[in-house]
Amino acid sequence: MADTFQFELVAPERLIYSDQVEMVVVPGSEGEFGVLPGHSPLISAVRPGIVEIFEYPAIKSKARFFVAGGFAEVTAERCTVLSSIAMPVEEIDREAARKGLEEAELEIRDAQGDAEKARAEAAIVIARAMLEVAGG
Amino acid sequence: MPSLKTLRIRINSVKQTRKITSAMKLVAGSKLRRAQDAAVAARPYVERLERMVSSLAQAMGGRPDGNPLLVGTGSDKVHLIVLATADRGLCGGFNSSIVRATRRRIAAVLKEGKTVKLFTVGRKGREQISRDYGSLIIEHVQGIGRRGPKYDEAAKVAERLTALYAEGAFDTCTIVYNRFKSVISQVVTFQRLIPFAASDADAGGAETKDLPIYEFEPEEQDIVSELLPRNLAVQVFRSLLENAASEQGARMSAMDNATRNAGDMIDKLTLNYNRTRQAQITKELIEIVSGAEAL
Repeated sequence: MADTFQFELVAPERLIYSDQVEMVVVPGSEGEFGVLPGHSPLISAVRPGIVEIFEYPAIKSKARFFVAGGFAEVTAERCTVLSSIAMPVEEIDREAARKGLEEAELEIRDAQGDAEKARAEAAIVIARAMLEVAGG
Repeated sequence: MPSLKTLRIRINSVKQTRKITSAMKLVAGSKLRRAQDAAVAARPYVERLERMVSSLAQAMGGRPDGNPLLVGTGSDKVHLIVLATADRGLCGGFNSSIVRATRRRIAAVLKEGKTVKLFTVGRKGREQISRDYGSLIIEHVQGIGRRGPKYDEAAKVAERLTALYAEGAFDTCTIVYNRFKSVISQVVTFQRLIPFAASDADAGGAETKDLPIYEFEPEEQDIVSELLPRNLAVQVFRSLLENAASEQGARMSAMDNATRNAGDMIDKLTLNYNRTRQAQITKELIEIVSGAEAL
């Protein structure tokens, strides 16, 4: 059994995952980064993608979660990922994601003002990432 | 002396009312449980985010060119108060206590010669505050949280706030809501949203002191400008969740009182009814007896 650290994946509405893990890979905004116990303290933005938990040193995937972007806080003994939307990859509803993408594309057409446009764009990026992850 | 018939009608009507209030109490009870669960489930996110923002704030501390959401506009002339209340009444003093506290706060701020603007969330708060300060309301949202507030809804409110702030509509922003303490006790709470202030409830003194020195990816500036609006949304979300739980708690105890009062009233009316009936029988007997004697 390798060293472990506390990993938490948190969405606004609930705590999705909280356990001792050996290794996590997080999709940071500047590229994916792996976290092992004793990582130097880091705060990073997270882009939409997959947070994957591995066994170490065997590098065997244990669990995969979709996140819609957010933030990660890493210290030597814990790693916390905050995301407005997060769910296990198996729970992604491909139909809903596709519908969300269509709606967002409609929205961007009638968007008034930069704020609305930016929101629709963000929604598209998230929906695309979700579909890609679900393999649809 | 009311007639027997009117008494009977009265008793029946109070019984109907009691049925309604006791049903409302049960409904509020089950909604309260759900609202409490939601509030508890949201807590980890709020805490983690707050920890992150405080460590960021510390890292950026004292920089004059910091993000305006963090350091403020440098002036303190225009106050925005976000008044979060329920859409529905029949929940005891829940709405009025928030409005009363807000009214007092507005009066105090106006007295200092500053400007107040209001952003009302929830129908009841707007109805009550608009009697005195209707002209101060600049924004209004309602219909949030019919099934418990959702994060998206809070995020929308926060987005409006950020947009208003960017336009320079106000300098500081405070949200007023009822913090849920227990079913019978809710505390009206003012929390400053802009500029950022760690809520004293969660800021564990020891923990904030020995924060590690973080690396930031991307730059502090970029991360802060993304993190702060998020934090704002979460603070609003938390307030709305607390409010939802408080509302149901207040409604539950109000309806419990109402049910008890209705019971008391029924007892009193029934006693009155029986007494009247007895008096009438006695009167009839006397009439018969005295009639027979007269013969």
